[in-house]
Amino acid sequence: MRLPDILRFARDAAIGYPMRTSLSVLAMSIGVASVVILTALGDGARRYVVGQFSSLGSNLVIVLPGRSGTGGFNPANAITSTPRDLTIDDAAALLRAAGVKQVAPLTAGTSEISVAGRLREVMVAGTTASYFPIRNFELGQGSALPEEDWGRGSAVAVIGNTIREEMFGNAPAIGQLVRVGDRRLRVVGVLKPVGQGLGMNTDELVIVPVALAQAMFNSNTLFRVLIEAKSREAIPQVREEVAEILKQRHRGEEDVTVITQDAVLATFDKLLGALTLGVAGIAAISLAVAGILVMNVMLVAVTQRTGEIGLLKALGATGNTIRLAFLAEAAMLSAVGALLGYLLGQLGAFALRQFFPVFPAYPPDWAVIAGLSTALGTGLLFGFMPARRAALMDPVQALMKH
Amino acid sequence: MALIELKGIARTFQLGDTTVNALADLNLVIDPGEYLAIMGPSGSGKSTLLNLLGLLDRPNAGSYLLEGRDVTTMQPDELAKVRSTRIGFVFQSFHLVPRLTAAENIALPMTLAGIPAAERVKRVAQALLDFGLENRADHRPDQLSGGQRQRVAIARATIMQPALILADEPTGNLDRHTGEEVVRLLEELNERGVTLVVVTHDQALGARARRQLMMEDGRLQSDSTHLPPLQGEGRGGDGLIAPISNPSPSPPPP
Repeated sequence: MRLPDILRFARDAAIGYPMRTSLSVLAMSIGVASVVILTALGDGARRYVVGQFSSLGSNLVIVLPGRSGTGGFNPANAITSTPRDLTIDDAAALLRAAGVKQVAPLTAGTSEISVAGRLREVMVAGTTASYFPIRNFELGQGSALPEEDWGRGSAVAVIGNTIREEMFGNAPAIGQLVRVGDRRLRVVGVLKPVGQGLGMNTDELVIVPVALAQAMFNSNTLFRVLIEAKSREAIPQVREEVAEILKQRHRGEEDVTVITQDAVLATFDKLLGALTLGVAGIAAISLAVAGILVMNVMLVAVTQRTGEIGLLKALGATGNTIRLAFLAEAAMLSAVGALLGYLLGQLGAFALRQFFPVFPAYPPDWAVIAGLSTALGTGLLFGFMPARRAALMDPVQALMKH
Repeated sequence: MALIELKGIARTFQLGDTTVNALADLNLVIDPGEYLAIMGPSGSGKSTLLNLLGLLDRPNAGSYLLEGRDVTTMQPDELAKVRSTRIGFVFQSFHLVPRLTAAENIALPMTLAGIPAAERVKRVAQALLDFGLENRADHRPDQLSGGQRQRVAIARATIMQPALILADEPTGNLDRHTGEEVVRLLEELNERGVTLVVVTHDQALGARARRQLMMEDGRLQSDSTHLPPLQGEGRGGDGLIAPISNPSPSPPPP
């Protein structure tokens, strides 16, 4: 039998039993669609986190007070082992390192902001003018913190857009005085609204000079020092230099942790990549189930069409021809199901992106390819047994079943 | 050379712990162009014999030469090829594929044999004309009458131009008038040289053949003797046989 004839025969057979065919196509398409949608979710989460990290700024080296080993962040270390403060002077000293472009010390705390009787709690970040370019913050109105001696701490603030809305409504905010804690500060700038960032919503942030913040929170230590390297290649060198400078300043004790953005990013990337893979594995189970369903459907088809198989044999069909015809039918069911599932999955991912625009829910290519080929593979694999049964059927017995 | 030569054929079935001899020590020679009826009560082995002749079943013992070739030792795929090219089947219940049109059903043996589509279309068109089905080409079996269905089945059986046509109760599911038409179609094929073997319960149908085999308990009870095979000039003739075994004469052809 010629290949086009086998395909046409299989197609007609599939169309001839619409209920059976549509059910197995449905099962297969649900399997593939779930692979596509679930991996889109997993990979979307990965892209989202990676994207957020990238928005932290580029070529970033971060210094944390306290020593934590290579094992990463350890809460016990963070609380107990900070023998020496990480000071503003430490941060200023880092500007000496060769590969460093700019440095921003950061201290953080919560306080209250009030304007004309309106009061709310805010996150206060104490830093310097260089913080804005390092974090890629853009200003909606006014200007950033003034370039000044880091120890000075003039009474100014840059506020997030949500704070501005809540405190000033439609009234102009620039030049107005606000009370933060027990200080009166002049608003010099408003950040552009950006929405949710990783762990910190800059729309609800108040940024003040670092010396002011330290005085406000009565603390000498910094929360972080953000360092921007001159280039990506300079990062490892900067990291070493920074560690060395701080070691010297802290009398030979390595009591800070220097991390690079790349390392953090790579960890998250790996973690979420593994998550996506795991989710894809779960979805693959549904594909296997769909494959088994196709097998059942084909077994029913073989039983239902016993008489026809007998007839085909009487008319001179070889076992091979019959096996091919049934395999082709199973492959068709799987292929159509897989294609339909792919479209359904893409539609689902599209819907997800419509509902959650910040979430880049695109299924990764590897998942789509793996999903489609698994669908076809299981369809053929599970189609093999029924096809074999049909091919081996005794023609006399089969003809009697008509 | 004989078309079919059976020697010492035996076929047994295992039913529980008893062995049933469906066929025992059967010897038979069928020459090309013969018109043969196999008759006998249910369970006499006539269907088993037909299946053996059609290469759908294998004997437990004995030899079967088809056109001089020993087919008992052939592989299943070789048997399929012989069935495809040399043997046509006509069944009591027509055995048409319900989802295929009349034309597609007729073309099925050629499709299975891998004959190119253009050739198939040509031959099917001729067959539709020959069997008066030209207006039914695109009808599915459930849109055809019983007689039309059997005509499609006969067209299918002849489309590969086989040497042998095996008909199992070809009129069993048809009324008398339609059955008559179908039998005459088969007899016309026989007149053109095709060997025709009919298995039937029907005495009237069996009596129309030039040679009758009576079977009982898996053995040949009798091989017809009442007429020597007519050579060439016309068929056995209704008039000759009808008075013998047909209590009510078959209706005249329309």
